Amino acid sequence: MKFSHAIIEKNVILMAVLTLITVSIGGLVQIVPLFTVETTIERVEGVRPYSPLELAGRNIYVREGCYVCHSQQIRTFKDEVERYGHYSLAAESMYDHPFQWGSKRTGPDLARVGGKYSNDWHVAHLNNPRALVPESIMPTYQFLNRPLNFDDAAEHLKTLRALGVPYSEDDIANAAKDLKVQAGALPDEDNTALMARYPKAALGDFDGKPEQVTEMDALVAYLQMLGTLVDFTKINPEDLKQ
Amino acid sequence: MGVAIADGAYGGTVETTAPVEAYHEDVVRAFVVAAMFWGIAAFAAGVYIAFQLAFPDLNLGLEWTTFGRLRPLHTSAAIFAFGGSALIGSSLYVVQRTCRAPLFGGREWGWFIFFGYQLFIVMAATGYLLGITQGKEYAEPEWYVDLWLTIVWVVYLVVFVGTIIKRREPHIYVANWFYLAFILTIAMLHIVNNASLPVSLTGTKSYVAWAGVQDAMIQWWYGHNAVGFFLTAGFLGMMYYFIPKAAQRPIYSYRLSIIHFWALIFLYIWAGPHHLHYTALPDWTQTLGMVFSVVLWMPSWGGMINGIMTLSGAWDKLRTDPSLRFSVTAVGFYGMSTFEGPVMSVKAVNGLSHYTDWTIGHVHSGALGWVAFICFGMIYYLVPVLWKKQRLYSARLVEWHFWTATVGIVFYITAMWVSGIMQGLMWRAYDEYGFLQYSFVETVQAMHPYYIIRGIGGLLFLAGAILMVINLIRTVTSSPALAPATQGAAVAAE
Repeated sequence: MKFSHAIIEKNVILMAVLTLITVSIGGLVQIVPLFTVETTIERVEGVRPYSPLELAGRNIYVREGCYVCHSQQIRTFKDEVERYGHYSLAAESMYDHPFQWGSKRTGPDLARVGGKYSNDWHVAHLNNPRALVPESIMPTYQFLNRPLNFDDAAEHLKTLRALGVPYSEDDIANAAKDLKVQAGALPDEDNTALMARYPKAALGDFDGKPEQVTEMDALVAYLQMLGTLVDFTKINPEDLKQ
Repeated sequence: MGVAIADGAYGGTVETTAPVEAYHEDVVRAFVVAAMFWGIAAFAAGVYIAFQLAFPDLNLGLEWTTFGRLRPLHTSAAIFAFGGSALIGSSLYVVQRTCRAPLFGGREWGWFIFFGYQLFIVMAATGYLLGITQGKEYAEPEWYVDLWLTIVWVVYLVVFVGTIIKRREPHIYVANWFYLAFILTIAMLHIVNNASLPVSLTGTKSYVAWAGVQDAMIQWWYGHNAVGFFLTAGFLGMMYYFIPKAAQRPIYSYRLSIIHFWALIFLYIWAGPHHLHYTALPDWTQTLGMVFSVVLWMPSWGGMINGIMTLSGAWDKLRTDPSLRFSVTAVGFYGMSTFEGPVMSVKAVNGLSHYTDWTIGHVHSGALGWVAFICFGMIYYLVPVLWKKQRLYSARLVEWHFWTATVGIVFYITAMWVSGIMQGLMWRAYDEYGFLQYSFVETVQAMHPYYIIRGIGGLLFLAGAILMVINLIRTVTSSPALAPATQGAAVAAE
């Protein structure tokens, strides 16, 4: 029997079904294996969920659309590795809901900006980028010097846990306190529990206003941990091979 | 068969005293007005943020006016508000005419789609200004806006398919295949990419279900096919109705339209990973994305050939028919950007072009040259028809619009080619001692003149669109109306 396209052209349901099948194949082949093939995400030490303060900062990063100008994904090129640091691993963004790899570098990549500049530098730079980098075209972010609204930190952690981020009961119960401890708002509190839960978290009163936790504190805490979790001096490149 | 577009609405009813408006055209008119309104808004926002990159003080130091918040406003206004209104409106027009059937669900459902979709736009846009965003490109609206759009979209699908089922034509016309693929695929992409969990049902914030590398893949599967199915398949549907209609010629090759339809929708969906070359996405996925992107060149050009060759024997109309000139130039830009795209998807080229303005230029040759121009052609054709006028108010103004916009696009994309390639080369330049030659901010500084040229290009494009609005308003208010008798005649000629 000779196939005739007219059969499809005369039956909209058939056409819709065939269309759906046709457009599903590519996605299924490319997406499903990323969830099932184990080598997709490298097994490396050090990657952990975000501390409550870092998470609040990350949400501000998302809210302000930082990703439209800054990537967080260092490609495997010599110049990028020299400029920004070790190329990005899949594991380093495994708890990122959503990912913030970005697609444009109007400003530099931030995947490993953590620890490269001081807290003071970041605060001054966010307040007025051109005071530090005259040629910069970044907007000013003085409005971040306002109290951080993250009273529902525990709820955020719970939501992320439901999506598969391994926050413990302990993490959730201490979320509100951890946030203040990390931002230096509770100077008399011991921070060993916080540091045990979130190793390498940047501590301190970032913006010089100890009496309150600001959005600026949260954003800088996030920036200061970016790309610092994996210790690349202890990694054998062979182990990273996918 | 070509364009088998008979017109049952007016053909037999002109003699009767109470003509029934069998087709629901008021909702199409509303979509056309909305498309022009959002078009101006999108172009103006684009011009503004373009100049912010040249003169950062224009960010004004206010949270609502920073580039980071306005850029999603610009992209969503252009793609979903302007493009979406034009697509939905034109599809509702085309499906009624080519099926010789009024809208399924009638006037009420049509108006629900219109107001539902406009509400989606307003909720998304106001959210961006307030910093309510998912942080996924071209999918920024938060969960409650996504849910609302899903409802509107399902109604749209039901109305569209329902109208096709009611048709009084044996075949489903080719424009409707493309519109149908657009509606179905966007539904699939939208639901999967936006799967998320709200922190609280009374709050705006949610977390996307996917994380890291999987989220990246799903995002660009969505993102590239927002290009493939929203900005390509949908507008090809528009092309397949309005170019044959304006040229009064059948489609060049019916067989080509079948082949390139199925090939296009099959291949497009694979192309997403070319946005993630040399990243932490596994190599096999990147390579698949590249290969399919290159192969995609063929069906893309199949569409271009079919569109342009439809003018065979009617090339003279390019001089006399202003709407056709926009449509055909649009197809030319489509051909150009669907050649540039595969080139940029090759890993070696992408290594240079990715993260630079080259991508921005590429997107705009598609968005301004293809999407906006095909919409302009459609609207110039449709406004006199919908408002029952003999012709547009001024063909000269269309001429001015055409050339202002074209020069604007040329400014835009050439500036971005130069700045993009230059920045990519500067990032990887080494000096004689083996050190990186330029600091990052030196490359930013080097962009300054090109950002100004790009802004001027955008300004020209906006100016052209304003001329269009003036022309259309004058057409509706002061162009001579079609006499009832000639209405019938004009329709009979269709």
